[in-house]
Amino acid sequence: MIYADAVIIGAGPSGLTAAKELLTAGVNVTLIDRNMSLGGQLIKQTHKFFGSESEHASKRGIDIKQILLNDLVPYKESLIILSKTTVVGLYKDKVIACLRGDTYFKVKAKTIIIATGASEKSIPFENNDLPGVYAAGAVQTLMNEYGVKPGNEVLMVGSGNIGLIVTYQLMQAGIKVKAILEAAPKISGYLVHASKVRRLGVPIHTKTSIKRALGKDPVEGAILWDLDEDWQGIQGSEREIKVDTICISVGLAPLVELLEQIGAKVEYIRELGGNVPIINDAYETTIEGVFACGDAAGIEEASSAMVEGRIAGLGALRTLGIAQTEENTKVTDLHKKLGALRDGPHGAKVKAGYMKRRVMHD
Amino acid sequence: MIEKTGSASFETYIMEFPKDKTILNSPKAIIECYKEIPCNPCETSCPFSAITIGPNINQRPLIDFDKCTGCTICASVCPGLAISIRAFKGERATLTFPYEFLPKPKKGAHVNVVDREGSVITQGKVLKVSETKRSNKTAMITLEVNKTYLYDAAGIEVVL
Repeated sequence: MIYADAVIIGAGPSGLTAAKELLTAGVNVTLIDRNMSLGGQLIKQTHKFFGSESEHASKRGIDIKQILLNDLVPYKESLIILSKTTVVGLYKDKVIACLRGDTYFKVKAKTIIIATGASEKSIPFENNDLPGVYAAGAVQTLMNEYGVKPGNEVLMVGSGNIGLIVTYQLMQAGIKVKAILEAAPKISGYLVHASKVRRLGVPIHTKTSIKRALGKDPVEGAILWDLDEDWQGIQGSEREIKVDTICISVGLAPLVELLEQIGAKVEYIRELGGNVPIINDAYETTIEGVFACGDAAGIEEASSAMVEGRIAGLGALRTLGIAQTEENTKVTDLHKKLGALRDGPHGAKVKAGYMKRRVMHD
Repeated sequence: MIEKTGSASFETYIMEFPKDKTILNSPKAIIECYKEIPCNPCETSCPFSAITIGPNINQRPLIDFDKCTGCTICASVCPGLAISIRAFKGERATLTFPYEFLPKPKKGAHVNVVDREGSVITQGKVLKVSETKRSNKTAMITLEVNKTYLYDAAGIEVVL
């Protein structure tokens, strides 16, 4: 058994900012991540980020990852990084079971921050198991992390920010996106992202969905159809599109398995992406000393994940009994920042989700 | 319309241009940020305080054309690639916009110019291709087109 003060599970934007808060306060931090390289989804984000200066707006996601990692370098003496390590069990006494290659080991923590991120949702349609049907994040990994071209002609299903951004990145990689489908009557991502791909000639079809993928082995095309007011396919509106890749980008769901395992209260809140932990203002779950932040606490943007990580880090400091004189002002300030990020029409859903969660917590 | 298709209609984007056409005799930033999103690098990067968003970073940017010098800094940092710099130049018009594709066009090249839907509307000549440390790998392309395309031109055709 390894004994640790603070353990952070997941080294994405929220995990990394949480680590920094703890390290600057002099705490020994163990950072566990199942991937080869740290940074979570940031390592694939080649586009410039929104937000304000304090969230590194206008910098590219990959560069923000580097900034967040560089922030930890001065504290490397107090930081243990366990990459390529999967947490396979999490217990009430804060014992964390880990698997690294074939090696199984346990870590016992005084406080735990769960920053496991999210998984991609899918939608049911005929032949959605054909080779060539990908989740958008998978396509991004192939392209931007491994330098592999996933196909030549793509159908993008979903017009959220991920669908729009991955479309743009596919086009940058020389891969033609033939259409973007959106089941809703309006584009769901930022309009500036939509305009960017529209200028490249990619059509966006609202109130349209995929009925079936075509092909015997790999994807050879798809049948699209219009949706009525009740989101049902309209018979007779079917048309065929020839593509070799179908990319599904219909939203994310928080990865809460570890939170469920440790017994933290988890409830379904649609506005936050599905099952989410019930947390307080410090991002502490119903289990004392166990925090959740970033997409694991509710689906949002990386900019807010970075702020949430800091709040969770400061909360973990309190668990450890390390008094920070200016901590309360810091937390108030960070909540103000989150409020500002969620203040527009795109933040309304998240704000509603937080209100529901507050009621469930009380 | 833009919320359905992704491209602004003429009635929508004309509102972002100065009402007095003569203002465009010198280059001005045209900001096409039609929906509130939490973002403000255009405001903070402007050396002339010509762009205002305010304390709520979700507000849409407002530009003061009297203060704007057409310096292109805002266009080079805008994460939405939503800003272009436009001006009349006699019978021609110039358009400077961010471009993130390879290969970059060469100075002097004649290129196909597209509208906001990606349809080719005219030909243009590349006057300048620049990249600054601040623009961070986003090239800024300056095109010359016939002056009738000052409002409609949105970029250059990307052929895949």
